[in-house]
Amino acid sequence: MELGFTNAAYVVAGVLFILSLGGLSSQESAKRAIWYGIVGMAIAVLATLIGPGSGLWPVSLILIALGGAVGYQLANRVQMTQMPELVAAMHSLVGLAAVFVGINAHVEIGRVAHAFAEAGLPFPRGYAQTPEVALASAVVADTFRGFGSVVAEKIPVEITILQIELALGVWIGAITFTGSVVAYGKLSGNSSLLPFKIDTSAKQLPGGHLLNAAAAILSVVCLFWYLSTGGALPLILLTLAALFIGYHLIMGIGGADMPVVVSMLNSYSGWAAAAIGFSLGNDLLIVVGALVGSSGAILSYIMCKAMNRSFVSVILGGWGGSTGEQMAIEGEQVAIDADGVANALEDAERIVIVPGYGMAVAQAQQAVAELVRKLRSKGKSVRFAIHPVAGRLPGHMNVLLAEAKVPYDIVLEMDEINDDFPDTDVVIVIGSNDIVNPAAQEDPNSPIAGMPVLEVWKAKQVFVSKRGQGTGYSGIENPLFFKDNTRMFYGDAKASIDALNAKMG
Amino acid sequence: MKIGAPKERDGETRVAITPESAGHLAKLGHDAMVEEGAGASSNFTDDAYRDAGVAVVDRDTLWRDADVIAKVNKPTDDEVARLRADQTLISFFGPAEDNPQMEAAKATGATVIAMEMVPRISRAQKMDALSSMANIAGYRATIEAANQFGRFLTGQVTAAGKVPPAKVLVVGAGVAGLAAIGTATSLGAQVYAFDVRPEVAEQIESMGAEFVFLDFDDAATDGAETGGYAKPSSPEFREAQLAKFRELAPEMDIVITTALIPGRPAPVLWTEDMVRAQKPGSVIVDLAAANGGNCELTERDAVVERHGVKIVGYTDYASRMGAQASTLYANNVRHMLADLTPDKDGTIHHDMDDDVIRGATVVHKGEITWPPPPPKVKAIAAQSRKPAPPELTPDEKRAREVAAFKAETKRQAILIGSAGALLLLAGLFTPASFMQHFIVFTLACFVGFQVIWGVAHSLHTPLMAVTNAISSIIILGALLQIGSGSVLVILLAALAVFMASINIFGGFLVTRRMLAMFQKS
Repeated sequence: MELGFTNAAYVVAGVLFILSLGGLSSQESAKRAIWYGIVGMAIAVLATLIGPGSGLWPVSLILIALGGAVGYQLANRVQMTQMPELVAAMHSLVGLAAVFVGINAHVEIGRVAHAFAEAGLPFPRGYAQTPEVALASAVVADTFRGFGSVVAEKIPVEITILQIELALGVWIGAITFTGSVVAYGKLSGNSSLLPFKIDTSAKQLPGGHLLNAAAAILSVVCLFWYLSTGGALPLILLTLAALFIGYHLIMGIGGADMPVVVSMLNSYSGWAAAAIGFSLGNDLLIVVGALVGSSGAILSYIMCKAMNRSFVSVILGGWGGSTGEQMAIEGEQVAIDADGVANALEDAERIVIVPGYGMAVAQAQQAVAELVRKLRSKGKSVRFAIHPVAGRLPGHMNVLLAEAKVPYDIVLEMDEINDDFPDTDVVIVIGSNDIVNPAAQEDPNSPIAGMPVLEVWKAKQVFVSKRGQGTGYSGIENPLFFKDNTRMFYGDAKASIDALNAKMG
Repeated sequence: MKIGAPKERDGETRVAITPESAGHLAKLGHDAMVEEGAGASSNFTDDAYRDAGVAVVDRDTLWRDADVIAKVNKPTDDEVARLRADQTLISFFGPAEDNPQMEAAKATGATVIAMEMVPRISRAQKMDALSSMANIAGYRATIEAANQFGRFLTGQVTAAGKVPPAKVLVVGAGVAGLAAIGTATSLGAQVYAFDVRPEVAEQIESMGAEFVFLDFDDAATDGAETGGYAKPSSPEFREAQLAKFRELAPEMDIVITTALIPGRPAPVLWTEDMVRAQKPGSVIVDLAAANGGNCELTERDAVVERHGVKIVGYTDYASRMGAQASTLYANNVRHMLADLTPDKDGTIHHDMDDDVIRGATVVHKGEITWPPPPPKVKAIAAQSRKPAPPELTPDEKRAREVAAFKAETKRQAILIGSAGALLLLAGLFTPASFMQHFIVFTLACFVGFQVIWGVAHSLHTPLMAVTNAISSIIILGALLQIGSGSVLVILLAALAVFMASINIFGGFLVTRRMLAMFQKS
C-alpha cells in the first residue's frame, strides 16, 4: 500500500478520535462515542500493518491478540472501586512503551550510521553531495526498511532534532512509567503485583526536592552530551534520571492529591506519545498525543481548582504550610446509632448524600443505592452531591454510583447543588472529610482555606458516616463534626448503611 | 395543689382543662377539678373527665377548694370577688384595658396571671395563648369567608366551563394572618398578603402567598423592637398603604384583615370607598372587629351586607371551634403550670425573677405588678440591615464591560504575539519537515482543549480510560520498528506492541463497561 493511503487512514482515525472525546459531553452520546474510538484505533493499526515500512506483521498480530486477551481479562475483572489503580497501571504501560520505542529509534540511528560508515559514506548526509555519493547513499539506504529508511534520508539538522525528540519522548515516558507504578502502589494500598510495599503517605528521601532538581539537571546535561556524541551511555543515564524523578516525585505526594497525580500522568503519557510521533515523523501519533496531553492537563487544572491549590504546589507535594494558628474547635462530636438516623430519614423530605473515598473503600455503593431506592419509593427527594475531587480519580464517585444503578440525573455537581443545602432536611456524608470541611471558608489560617467545599453544615441535620474519630488524608481537623446539627454515625460505611437499610424496612 | 376550671358563661364554649391536659397536670403532682358541664360545649363530657381522674364538682365547691383557678375568658366581677388571698387565677384578664378588676383583685390579695401577657420569647411559645387562639381565628376566618362566598376558592376547568381561582387578600401577616393564608392557599385560592413589617415577606412567601410590596422608604419598622408586633405607622405611610389597597380592592374576592396594634383601637385600613369598589358578592372578614374593626363598615358580632359586599364581624372565632380551641388553650395553661411547678412536686413556686412568669403576672401579693419590666430576651433577633451594593448606572456598566473586554483583548494579544514570535524564531532554525509536524501538533492541542472543556464532570473517569486507550496509539511506532533488522529493536518493539495492545483492549472495554452503567431514572 502507498504512503498516501496510510496517511488518509490516519486522517480518518484522527477525526474519529476527536469525535470520540467530544462525544463524552453527555452520558447518552458517550455510549456512541466509544465506538468512534474503537473504530479509529482499528483503522490506524490496520493501515499501519498493511502500509509501507512495516514488517513481521504475523508476529505483530499474535502479540496484539495476546495483549488483547490480557486487556480483556483486566477490563472484565476489575472492580469499579479499583478504577484509579487500573488507570494508573495502564499509564505505566504507555510510558514504558514510549521508552522502548524511543530507544529503538536511537538504535536505528546507530545502525544506519554504522552502515554508512562501512560503505565509506558520510552520515548524516551532507547538504551538498556529489551525484556518485548520493547514488551510493541511496543504495545503502535501500537496505533499510521501515523507520531505518526514513532515518537514512535525514540531513544533520534533522538528525539533531530527531535526537532531541526521542530523548524527550524517552524522558517523559520514563517519568510516566515509574510515576504510574508508584501511583498504582499508593492507590491499591498493598498490591500483590508489586514486589515492594509502597507507603501511601507523602514520603521523600532525605534531600527532598533537591534530589529531583539534581536529577533534572543531570537530564539536561545528558541531553547535551547525547546530542554531541550520539552515544548510548548518555541516553541510558537520561532514562535512569527520569525513572528516578518519576518515582521520587510521586512518592512525595499524599493520597488526597491522587486525582491530580493520575490526571497529570494521563497528560504525560500523551505528551510522550506526541514526542515519539515527532521523532518517527508520524502525524497520527502527534495528533493523538496532543489530544491526550491536553485532556490530562485540563483535568489536572480542574482538580487543582477544586482544591484551590496551584498545580506546582500539588506536584511538589504536601499541603502548603499554614500561615498561622488554626482556629481551635469547640464542642464535641456526638454519636448516633442507626435508629436515630432512620427516624430522621423517615421525617425528612429533602435528602442529600455526599459520598467520598470512604464509600469506595468500604464498597458501600450498593448499600447506598439500596437506601436511595427505599427513600425514593417513600416519595422523598434524594440527591447526590459530588465534589470534583471526591475519590481518587476525577469522576470516581459518578462511576461507582452508576455501577450501583443510581440514576445519573440525581447525581449533581458541587456548583449545581451547593445553594440547595439550606433547604435540605438531612445530609448524609459517607466517607468524605476535607470536601465538607467548613474550615475552608471560616478559618483563613487553615491549610485548605479558600478551597471550594460542599456547604453541608447549612442543612437542618447532618449525619457523618465515618470509621473513627481520625482526621482525613490531609490531617486537618473538621469543625463540621463538632457542629450542633451534626451527628457522627461511627462504623464501617457498608455495615452502617446496611444497618440503616434494615431499619428503613 | 388543686387546679380547678369553672364553666365559662355567655356562650363561651372553651374550657381551660381538658381530660388530656389533666393527665399532664397529674404528672406535675396536681389534682384537677372541673365544674359540672364545663366541657360540654367542647364535646368533653363529665364522664370523660371522671375517666381521666378529674373531680367533677359544683360551682361553689370548685371556687372554695381549688388553689388555682384556670379560666378562659376574663372573670366577671362576681368571680373576682370570690378570689382568696391564697388563690391564683390563670385567665385572659385584659390588664391593658384600664380594667377596674385590677384594683378588685389587688384587694383580695390573690395572684392573677394574665394569659395575654405571656412574653413573646421562644421559651414561652408553648404557653402563648394569644398565638394559639389567633391561629384558630385565622383558620376560621378563611372558612367563614368561604362560607359566605358564593363561588369556589379553587380554580377549575370543567366540562361546564372554566372557573378562575378566587383572589384573597390578607392584611397583616401575624399568626392569624399566616394561618388564614395557609388555609386559603390549601383551598386553592390565589392569595396576596400585606404587612407593614417587610421582614415577614419571607414568611408570607413560605406559606404560598404573594407579598404585596409597598415601595415606601419609611418601611424600616423593625418588628423585633416591639416583641414581634407591628407599630403604629406614620400618616404618609398610611396614605401609601391605603392607595395600594384602593388599587387592589376591585380585584379581590375575599379580604381578611387582621391588623391589630396592642393596646390601641384597630387601625382603619379598609374604607367605605374600597368596599364600594369591590365586586358584588365579595366577602370581608374583619378579625379586628373586637377592637373596632379594620373595615369602616364592620359591625361587631354580625354579618352585614354593604354595597353588595358581605362583611363578617365575628369576635368569637376560637369559641366557634370549641373542641380545638380548648385543646390548645388547655395545653397553654398546663405549660404555664409546668413553669410554675419547677420541681414537679405539686407545689406552686411563683418565681418573680423568671421573665415569663414575671411578665404574665399582673397582680401578686396585694400589689399590681403591671406593666412588667421589658423582658431580658428580645422576641426576635434584630434584623441587621445590610447596605445594598450601589446600583450601577447603565453607562458605568457599559464602561466596565468595555474595560474588561479591552483588558482581555490585550492579554490575548500579548499571549498570541509572544507565542507567535517564539514559533517564528523556532522556524528560523528548524527544517521544514519539523515545522510541518509542529503545525499538526499545535492545531491538535487546540482541538484537544476545545473538545475536553465540553466533557461532563461525571464522565471524567471514562474520559481518562478512553484517553488512556487511545494514547496506546504509540503502538504505531512499535509496529513501524518491529520490521527492523536488529534483534534488540525487534525485541523492544515486540514488547511495546504487546503492552500497548493490553492498553487498547483494556482501556476501551473498561470504558464501555462504565458507560453502559450510566442510566437515567
